[in-house]
Amino acid sequence: MLQSITDKDGVKRYLITLKVNGDAKTVLVKGNAILTNVLRDHLDLTGTKKGCELGDCGSCTVLLDGKPVDSCLMLAVEADGREITTIEGVAANGALDAIQESMINHAAVQCGYCTPGMVLSAKALLTRNPHPTEPEVREAIAGNLCRCTGYVHIVEAVLAASQGRTAPAEH
Amino acid sequence: MSDNHKVIGRSVPRIDGPEKVTGAAKYTGDLKFPNMLYGKILTSPHAHARIISIDTSEAEKLPGVKAVITHKDVPELKYGLSPARWDENIFCIDKVRFVGDKVAAVACVDEDTCYRAMKLIKVEYEELPAVLDFRHAMDEGQPLVHEEYERNINTEIHQEFGDVAKALAEAHHVRTDVFVGQRTYQAPIEPHSAISMWEGEKLTIYSSTQSPHYFQYYIAREFGMPMGDVRIIKPYLGGGFGGKLEPTGLEFAGAVLAKRTGRPVRTFYDRAEMFAHNRGRHAQYMEITTGVDKDGKILAAKANFIMDGGAYTSLGIASAYYAGALLPMTYEFDNYQFDMFRVYTNLPACGAQRGHGAPQPKYAFESHLDNVAADLGIDPMDIRIRNARRPDTVTPNDFRVNSCMMRECLEQVRQISDWDEKKKNLPHGRGIGVATGSFVTGAGYPIYRTDLPHAAAFIKVHEDGTAATLYTGSVDIGQGSDTILCQMAAEAMGYRYEQMKIVAADTEITPLDFGAYASRQTYMSGAAVKQAGEEVKKQLLDLASTMLSLPADDLECAEGVIFSKSREGKTLTFEEVARKHFVLKGPLLGRGAYTPPKLGGSFKGAAVGTSPAYSFGAQVGEVSIDEETGEITVVGIWDVHDCGKVINPRLLHGQVHGALYMGMGESVWEEVLFDDKGRIKNAELANYRLLTAVDMPPIQSEVVNSYEPTGPWGVKEVGEGATNPTLGMFSNAIFDAMGVRVNSLPLTYEKVWRALKEKREREETKAA
Ligand code: FES
Ligand code: FES
Repeated sequence: MLQSITDKDGVKRYLITLKVNGDAKTVLVKGNAILTNVLRDHLDLTGTKKGCELGDCGSCTVLLDGKPVDSCLMLAVEADGREITTIEGVAANGALDAIQESMINHAAVQCGYCTPGMVLSAKALLTRNPHPTEPEVREAIAGNLCRCTGYVHIVEAVLAASQGRTAPAEH
Repeated sequence: MSDNHKVIGRSVPRIDGPEKVTGAAKYTGDLKFPNMLYGKILTSPHAHARIISIDTSEAEKLPGVKAVITHKDVPELKYGLSPARWDENIFCIDKVRFVGDKVAAVACVDEDTCYRAMKLIKVEYEELPAVLDFRHAMDEGQPLVHEEYERNINTEIHQEFGDVAKALAEAHHVRTDVFVGQRTYQAPIEPHSAISMWEGEKLTIYSSTQSPHYFQYYIAREFGMPMGDVRIIKPYLGGGFGGKLEPTGLEFAGAVLAKRTGRPVRTFYDRAEMFAHNRGRHAQYMEITTGVDKDGKILAAKANFIMDGGAYTSLGIASAYYAGALLPMTYEFDNYQFDMFRVYTNLPACGAQRGHGAPQPKYAFESHLDNVAADLGIDPMDIRIRNARRPDTVTPNDFRVNSCMMRECLEQVRQISDWDEKKKNLPHGRGIGVATGSFVTGAGYPIYRTDLPHAAAFIKVHEDGTAATLYTGSVDIGQGSDTILCQMAAEAMGYRYEQMKIVAADTEITPLDFGAYASRQTYMSGAAVKQAGEEVKKQLLDLASTMLSLPADDLECAEGVIFSKSREGKTLTFEEVARKHFVLKGPLLGRGAYTPPKLGGSFKGAAVGTSPAYSFGAQVGEVSIDEETGEITVVGIWDVHDCGKVINPRLLHGQVHGALYMGMGESVWEEVLFDDKGRIKNAELANYRLLTAVDMPPIQSEVVNSYEPTGPWGVKEVGEGATNPTLGMFSNAIFDAMGVRVNSLPLTYEKVWRALKEKREREETKAA
């Protein structure tokens, strides 16, 4: 049972604990607060982006117990007690993850707004399937819309990372 | 054309890569300021209605509401982007003109309160009949969107060059076709937002903008402020494609709300509001007539267009001119007539979307040219090569073309796509199509009238020589200008890219630059950066000349090392000379500015479409069509570009891929749809149908070895130009696959299916 308090206007708030990037964070949220907003506004983790709030774009992707989810489709209270990885938790101790490095080297980043979500979806893929085929990579990032790149360099970057390379083959 | 460049021409990693992949990059909506409020704009639910009254009293009483404003609280001065038609108000005064028009705004302690407050604002409307079909907007008896514009005509253009009637009369074959282009939307993934704040009389706005300078200018004008009291800062920006070029209600309303409350105010559009704000591609009705000789050489062309402008002008006058101005660019002919009406309707305003006005006319012309080729029995590739523009030529409408490898682009795309082989042997239901395009490398004239330079730059070398910072007003919206301008600065100074820093797009700190539109920054901002870098290098070499007791013209600097050209071993490092410079003479600074030469003819509208240089490109696409369902599968796309010297190949190809992605969406899937009340039916990314990674075909993009003599190191445009051929290319590939033409965009499965069905029925009747 979640602890809650009700203010004078009758608005109920719940005390929840999110395990974000390894740290336990306790926050007081309304029942209708979406996870994206709680991460961004309460915890200042603005690497999680908002592009639609409808589950269409994937910019708000985070890993929930290792699986990619659209955090805009999830109530913060549903995430109580669960393990969350946001983009801020991917580069461990300041060292970039192979996917991040590969994305930079392949020019898979343009405006960068889709990038955090893209990196997390790719990371989840490579964790469960370290050697994906190209169609598998495309499938894994199909929920992450990118208006800038045509996905060409992104797919190359993820495939290269899966092959233990981070630099592009040509140029 | 020496090619011993050290820094340019290399695919160096993006300067902002680490921030962007780690989530550290802060976009406008990520910024927070102490005591910040949230602001929202209340918009019209009606396409066309008189405002009888607005009652804000209930909203004002709601706890957490800090300000409610309407037209009474803001300047009445009209604004817009084109000074020729300033027709927009911060808030509507007597009537609303589209669903989403701005009526009032609130500032509250949080978002939730904003939405509740907006529900409490009571606006009484008297609904008016609306103009929703642009093809009938000029008809007798139609309601007027703006009383002062008769027959809803926003812009009217009539141009003729040469003698079209004579050339058509003498032509071997004359053909007319009609095509319709749809309304599309840029759909950047980052929604638009702004944060406004005042310190005394000084206003600072963080905004997701493509042009901080134009924002600064128009905001100062609207509020009657000196430009020095307005500071616009562009944080990281999540894509624009033309949609974030002009000031929106967010900045104007935000500024007033911040003044009222004395607190920073963040205003923002959600995804549906982004669609309503729009400023995307105009729908266009396009009638084209061409006369050719028996070999398919074009003798004359006539374009007769109507454009759906929506409720306001935005950048639409330029869009209207662009639609016709660039048509005679890729092919050579002397006789050309262009007629255009841009009309007002009660729909969101249209503006500049990637390729600005040009992709749809190109779709029409390229489809039409394929029809002509089919009439004459000529291969579509051959007819294009036969007509391809050559270097050092002038178009009928007086645009001077320097470098041009149109023909080489076509020949190369023919080869890499295996055109000749496929043209003969593709199985039933499969087709291949070609189209060309070209685009300006920066507009020849600024948007408002001024003689200021179009771009400027400073470079500051830090006192220990270990880094140099480039200050530029140019705007990286994702295309990578921060990176390539740093490459250019390092090249010009003889420095290393890895030691470059950049401060960009802050009107207080960085010098003037008109920003990211019309594909101008690599060329124009790059020219200013090159000049600034060369000024730094000159000072370094002068000092090194004293230090080494060698003449300055015997010295060169590359990648941070100053050396004698004649005597090996005489070297100094950039760092030590820069440091010495600081000790002896103070800061080591370089400055640069770029103003284009006077361009274009003297006829009305001659300025639009002028550019110091034009890019060219050709694309081939292969599709396969399911005759049962009309479903289109894109098998592959090949693109070859003439974009001058390439500064960063990987970034450049990324631009081409993105342009193809947008063009492919517009060709087959994307369209903003309205119901019979003028409400957008698909104001979400899923139903607007942005393509996913699974939908994208293999793409091969190549460049020809080109050099533009007027550009810094020979550069030209690529980012928008690559969108121009795509729509026509798909139209032609689909035509080739099914032997029947769909004459309107998008070329949906349903339209393809219908066209095939009608074709079958025609054949059956014939057989019977
Ligand atoms: S913001 Fe969550 S999917 Fe778009
Ligand atoms: S890089 Fe801009 S949306 Fe993907």
